[in-house]
Amino acid sequence: MPQMTVTENEPAKTLDTKGLLCPVPVIKTSQAIKELQVGQVLEVLATDPGSKPDLTAWAKMTGNELLMTSEEQGNPKVYRFLIRRAR
Amino acid sequence: MTATAQQVKEAESGKRADRLVLVVTNHTIDKVYPPLILATTAAASGMDVDVYFTFWGLKLLDRNGYKKSKLAPVGNPALPMPNILGVLPGMTTMATSMMKRKIKKYWPTIPEMMKQAKEMGVKFHACSPTMGLMGMTEKDLIPLVDDVCGASAFLEWATSPNTVTLFT
Repeated sequence: MPQMTVTENEPAKTLDTKGLLCPVPVIKTSQAIKELQVGQVLEVLATDPGSKPDLTAWAKMTGNELLMTSEEQGNPKVYRFLIRRAR
Repeated sequence: MTATAQQVKEAESGKRADRLVLVVTNHTIDKVYPPLILATTAAASGMDVDVYFTFWGLKLLDRNGYKKSKLAPVGNPALPMPNILGVLPGMTTMATSMMKRKIKKYWPTIPEMMKQAKEMGVKFHACSPTMGLMGMTEKDLIPLVDDVCGASAFLEWATSPNTVTLFT
């Protein structure tokens, strides 16, 4: 397996859904990822605590690759996702 | 839309449904957002989606009623006020505008969400017996409607393999 470099996961675009609730982050993610080339990475920021299980499920259903999920402590907590367009 | 190898594998093994059928029977705010949320999310997840509007749900497809979804304070014990006050004149309007103000911060409006669902490929079906019951004709329907049909058509989609049907 080729070694992953940092630049390979560099997001081509950032989608900020902070403050929005389900289903808006998922809908916007599905629209935003279509604007990328296959293989490019989308960064999604969200504050909806449901966004973590929701985007994980969405990636599984659509076949897009969820590369990373992280949480930044704060009020509200910000969730960050890196998703690679797979097709 | 081309399916990924994983999706094909899952569809072949019958693991996951790829079609969602929803029934909307009412047009109050609390009965409309959940199916619209599921419909748009399912479409965003690559599923085929059919929404069947029947009884007061059909108001959402009516040119004269689709922008008028309300919140019913009568018989709604979840509202932060004594339930008996719900019958007073103006209470429905007040509860509705409070709820709509709150919703606007997070979600599109109901007509906006229906338009979005449509753009994502969701199909809207109007219940033909309800149209008869309410004295509506095809001219009364908004352009987002795909067709007018009855129980047999509904059952044909609802019973196909790989389909999940929900009354909401």
